Amino acid sequence: MISVLTERCKECGICVTVCPTKVLEIGSARNRRGYRHAVPARPEKCIGCRLCEYNCPDFAIFVEVSAG
Amino acid sequence: MAVGHPLDPYLRVDRIPTMWCPGCGLGVVLGTLLRAVDRRIREGQLKRENVAFVGGIGCTARMSLYPLFDSAHVAHGRAIPFALGVKIVKPEMKMIVVGGDGDIAAIGGNHVLHALRRNADLLVVMVNNMVYGMTGGQLAPTTPRGLYTTTTPYGNPEKEINMVRLAAALGANYVARGSTTHPQLLEQMFYKALAKRGMAFVEVLSTCPEIFGRHIGFRNPADLYLELRKRVVVKARPSVEESDYSWEKGFVLGEYVDRDEPGYIDVYSEYLSRVLGSGG
Ligand SMILES: Cc1ncc(C[n+]2csc(CCOP(=O)(O)OP(=O)(O)O)c2C)c(N)n1
Ligand code: SF4
Ligand SMILES: [Mg+2]
Repeated sequence: MISVLTERCKECGICVTVCPTKVLEIGSARNRRGYRHAVPARPEKCIGCRLCEYNCPDFAIFVEVSAG
Repeated sequence: MAVGHPLDPYLRVDRIPTMWCPGCGLGVVLGTLLRAVDRRIREGQLKRENVAFVGGIGCTARMSLYPLFDSAHVAHGRAIPFALGVKIVKPEMKMIVVGGDGDIAAIGGNHVLHALRRNADLLVVMVNNMVYGMTGGQLAPTTPRGLYTTTTPYGNPEKEINMVRLAAALGANYVARGSTTHPQLLEQMFYKALAKRGMAFVEVLSTCPEIFGRHIGFRNPADLYLELRKRVVVKARPSVEESDYSWEKGFVLGEYVDRDEPGYIDVYSEYLSRVLGSGG
């Protein structure tokens, strides 16, 4: 389960670059500061590696891997 | 489903988003540092109230303002003596100094020299973004030879300083070089560094797309990130000689020094008990 805290996103695009399965993309919607924030366009492809969470400089993405 | 980021309990969330430019690596340094502190706290080896952050001046030094811990933002270059002063009075504290290459290696150079020589009980995190970010991209002592900055429009003619070599030569107990392109490795280094007595010195290569990247043709944060990732290589136990870097040759990441010599606090505790003890 991947969550984007859209108001924290600054549109740097690093999450889009590091995700190995191309879950994320920069959408067209803008947040209050005018940044086009990242969106989990293909969440079903998430493998739970958390590379986006670790590489996001703005504490804007986190991944919860369901137990079991 | 959780509503907040897992690191929110350790952040002054009212100050998020940070002041850093989009894609600046500094947020990754802060995140990995907080994850390492969190692990030590959960394992019972650190008390939250005994952890404090100190920064001087610069984009990196601003990091001290975001963690929900005691913190101090002091004069440019002076974070190390401030932190050591606290440590001497309250040895139970875990003092974490965060500073840029300018803050630590340029204006703070004399302080870091003697803190290393003393094996002072501090965790010093020096973020090497190879430039003075905050003031507009001037040449730093760490800027690799040949690179363009605001003040070197024809390319930097000077040799870069290698702080890993300096820290190893002067006697720090732990010396490592990480990179924001390898956050899990960086977290491991911080985790280990937090348990050391004496000086733990961690140099972190980081990206400043807004200023450094712009001058060398990588203004896009993801492009600069990929460019730096291409130029770093991880080694299991690199020799200190391997820490010399250049933009062309690249950068070796790894743990260069891991020893357990008495730290400054040990030396002075022993000294004081000897002197005061015999004085009656
Ligand atoms: C005594 C003093 N001299 C100079 C300055 C101007 N100044 C502010 S930040 C800085 C350098 C910042 O570079 P660095 O430490 O590498 O931090 P970065 O912004 O790159 O993270 C300088 C020279 C100052 N604030 N105080
Ligand atoms: S100037 Fe550079 S170091 Fe400072 S916040 Fe912007 S990208 Fe980061
Ligand atoms: Mg700098």
